[in-house]
Amino acid sequence: MKSRLPITALTALLIFFAGYAALYIAPDERTMHEVQRIFYFHLSAWMVSFTSFFIVFLANIAYLATRRVKWDCLAVAAAEMGVICCSIGLITGPLWARPVWGIWWTWDARLTTTFIMWLMYVSYLLLRGLLEEPQRRASLSAIFGIFAFLDVPLVYVSNRLWRTQHPQPVILGGEGSGLDPTMAKVLLVCVISLFGVMIPVLLDRYRLEMLRHTVQELRVDVEAREADAPQDVKVQGVREHV
Amino acid sequence: MNTFSAAAIVLRKELRLEFRTRELLNATTVFALTVVVLFSFAFDPTSAESKRYGPGLLWIAFLFAGTLMLHPSFAREQVNDTLDALRLAPVSSFAILLAKMAANFIFLLLTEVVLVPVFVVLYNLQTSGILWRLILVLLLGTLGLVVTGTVFSAISAHARMRELLLPLLLLPILAPLLIAAVEATASLFMDDPVLDRTWVAFLCGFDTVFLTASWLLCDFLVEE
Repeated sequence: MKSRLPITALTALLIFFAGYAALYIAPDERTMHEVQRIFYFHLSAWMVSFTSFFIVFLANIAYLATRRVKWDCLAVAAAEMGVICCSIGLITGPLWARPVWGIWWTWDARLTTTFIMWLMYVSYLLLRGLLEEPQRRASLSAIFGIFAFLDVPLVYVSNRLWRTQHPQPVILGGEGSGLDPTMAKVLLVCVISLFGVMIPVLLDRYRLEMLRHTVQELRVDVEAREADAPQDVKVQGVREHV
Repeated sequence: MNTFSAAAIVLRKELRLEFRTRELLNATTVFALTVVVLFSFAFDPTSAESKRYGPGLLWIAFLFAGTLMLHPSFAREQVNDTLDALRLAPVSSFAILLAKMAANFIFLLLTEVVLVPVFVVLYNLQTSGILWRLILVLLLGTLGLVVTGTVFSAISAHARMRELLLPLLLLPILAPLLIAAVEATASLFMDDPVLDRTWVAFLCGFDTVFLTASWLLCDFLVEE
């Protein structure tokens, strides 16, 4: 635990610096002014959330292929991380859209896709909560996770064909797009700092899930031994110790 | 035994089970009709309005009816642990899944056969000249709904609160299917009906993606 202190301190420093950079170092945007500064965290949160959902997808496949519990633990850790960051994206988006577009929300391709993605991964977590047996929970939720991830491009394409209003990708959007160099640097700092938060939290959550699994196994083990033992030798209060 | 003949046997069992009581079909059809009637209170069902909102309402009714109908597909097997018996049979798990999908496909189509004419009459729509194209859209849309729905029915059958869980899992995934099916149907109810090929292609893509995924993952789905 002690060895992680420097990392935690560094991450905290980085995230404060990122906030400062987004608010004070980044230059003013020509048309949107101050409100545009939300973009640095909005985009970073979206990147973290999409990366997390991709990790969920890979972990789901890895679980089904290998049946190792660690992949299931990684999947749930990444799914929670993704839902949190997706929520950040969904909250900061309307805050930005209201002054700039004049509306809180629009049913555009990227917004709708993100919203549906959020719904799917929330149901993924709900599903996990409602499945009792650990092994079944792992494999059935992995199947749902794979279906959900496969659905994301379909949701995007269908909405794209249908209607779209979100600004075109600024960074790789072809001609006329591109960021001011200082803005790009600030964005990079924000992306790195959010990933800096994401990775330790993800690893901690993963460890927690592994521990939970171990506890569950021990409990089943103890209960089995308890059932086998003759009535008078039965160890009292063993459950409290576990 | 090859997958298809095994699936045919399981399908026959599914159909026999349902047609003995017909309770699932009756309940779903009446439910879908109720939804269609309730929609008429939500907006004015004149001819012009129906052309705008009709396809959406029709597909929402199918989606709700589908989630209701799909739930017992695997949950019904839990009562007497009959899924274990199916698993013990020398058939591949894909055959079981395929048979369930085919059965649900037939049930939902039967519901649609009742629902579409009623809908057309109540909402003053025209189907002359577009009937075959409409059937194509209905088939493709229903297939996508049934493929994902049957898989999710198998997933939710093991969970607590499974009646509530199935729509929760299924409806967000079906969002692209709903858009494509509604748009394709809407293009047929226009004054100058032209079937929108993009959406038909999209529906085919949706069906292919999830049918392939279910084929690849079915062993994990039907296992003990």
